[in-house]
Amino acid sequence: MKLLTLNFLTCARKACKSTTLAFPLRPKDAELEIVEADLEPLFIRNILPRVEWEALRTLCQDLGLPQLPPAAPEPAALFAPNPSDPSIPSDKLVRPGKEGEGEGEGEGEGEEGAPTQTLKDLHHVLLETTIREGKLVCGNCGHAYAVKEGIANFLLPSHLV
Amino acid sequence: MSRPEDTLPPDLFYNDSESRKYTTSSRIQHIQSQMTHRALSLLSLRSPSLILDIGCGSGLSGEILSTFSPETNPGGPHTWIGLDISSSMLAVALEKEVEGDLFLADAGQGVPFRPGTFDAAISISAVQWLCNAESTEESPAGRLSRFFNGLYASLRRGGRAVCQFYPKNDEQKKMVSSAAVRAGFGAGLLEDDPGTKSAKTYLVLTVGGGELDGDITGVVRGMEGVDVMDNRRRTKGRKRGEETKGSKGWIMRKKEQMERKGKVVKANSKYTGRKRRIAF
Repeated sequence: MKLLTLNFLTCARKACKSTTLAFPLRPKDAELEIVEADLEPLFIRNILPRVEWEALRTLCQDLGLPQLPPAAPEPAALFAPNPSDPSIPSDKLVRPGKEGEGEGEGEGEGEEGAPTQTLKDLHHVLLETTIREGKLVCGNCGHAYAVKEGIANFLLPSHLV
Repeated sequence: MSRPEDTLPPDLFYNDSESRKYTTSSRIQHIQSQMTHRALSLLSLRSPSLILDIGCGSGLSGEILSTFSPETNPGGPHTWIGLDISSSMLAVALEKEVEGDLFLADAGQGVPFRPGTFDAAISISAVQWLCNAESTEESPAGRLSRFFNGLYASLRRGGRAVCQFYPKNDEQKKMVSSAAVRAGFGAGLLEDDPGTKSAKTYLVLTVGGGELDGDITGVVRGMEGVDVMDNRRRTKGRKRGEETKGSKGWIMRKKEQMERKGKVVKANSKYTGRKRRIAF
């Protein structure tokens, strides 16, 4: 399961819906796997505003991944004015010319320079890093959802529904 | 036509052999891909989006979502997350190494994602399974309402969902669409080849009106070969319950009510509810 997906998951129990503790689910005994995926810049730009950055940061901390910057990168920081990556068509760029800002945002990830690196890093964290085995624990009810071979089991026994 | 949902619950019906049969049958593959393309055209996504696939099975429709093609999937490739209740189906999907994330979950227990997660949702031949309840603790209506409520919350404003399903009869069709409307969706049913053996029913759901008029009419506007039939009851002028006390309509209604209760009610005549002549 991708970390991006985990950033959207909540506890399935009805009783947990109203509490803020049900999100995010905390991984336990997680076994990570890197799965190569095609870079999809437009998708990342589309999804970035919806990602709970704070939850992603704590998640990376818990999993022992490199520390993320304290704030989510600006959309402008995802694309370089002169794209070094040929897969990004230049007509689809968002407000180019804010390179300086992009550098500032990207520095927490340890790679300064071309803003597209921010995008690549995001892609790596969100879409290529996956949880293969482990458990996801709800912060409210403590129910642990098992993850096996990347598939999380969200079936609830009838007394928990 | 045999209906598998009448025989067994989905997690038992789609066992290893049935899942394999379903996934390898070229006929089913063809129908599934046709329906997925139809659903994609109804979603009309313009950029790579995050899509929820309810009842993803072995990922037949997911494969179409994650490939880009200028004619059939112009917005793609999309990233998708699939839910399914059958572990055998998911095992087949795992073997095929589909790109989406998979979840073993029962859609009738709700959708475990935070609000505003998805751009769109798609469901191919799955919703009819929700019309059955396997234990006395749950009811079809309850399962449908939990599903649609969860789906409504997890879609972002302006998002759309297309659910293709095989309704058993008109009653079931109505039950599903009214459950969706009650959850807050703008809903409408689109039928391909109605009246034939290969009729396909698509429930088209919208979240928040935007330019879409809040129902299916906005979605199908500009599509070829689509007739719009509005069966909604139109209430003209006054709403029900607003008729003035003592008017003819009110008297007739009260008389009917009393009659139904088994009270003795005078027969209606041309004088019933008529004003008396003004007399000094």
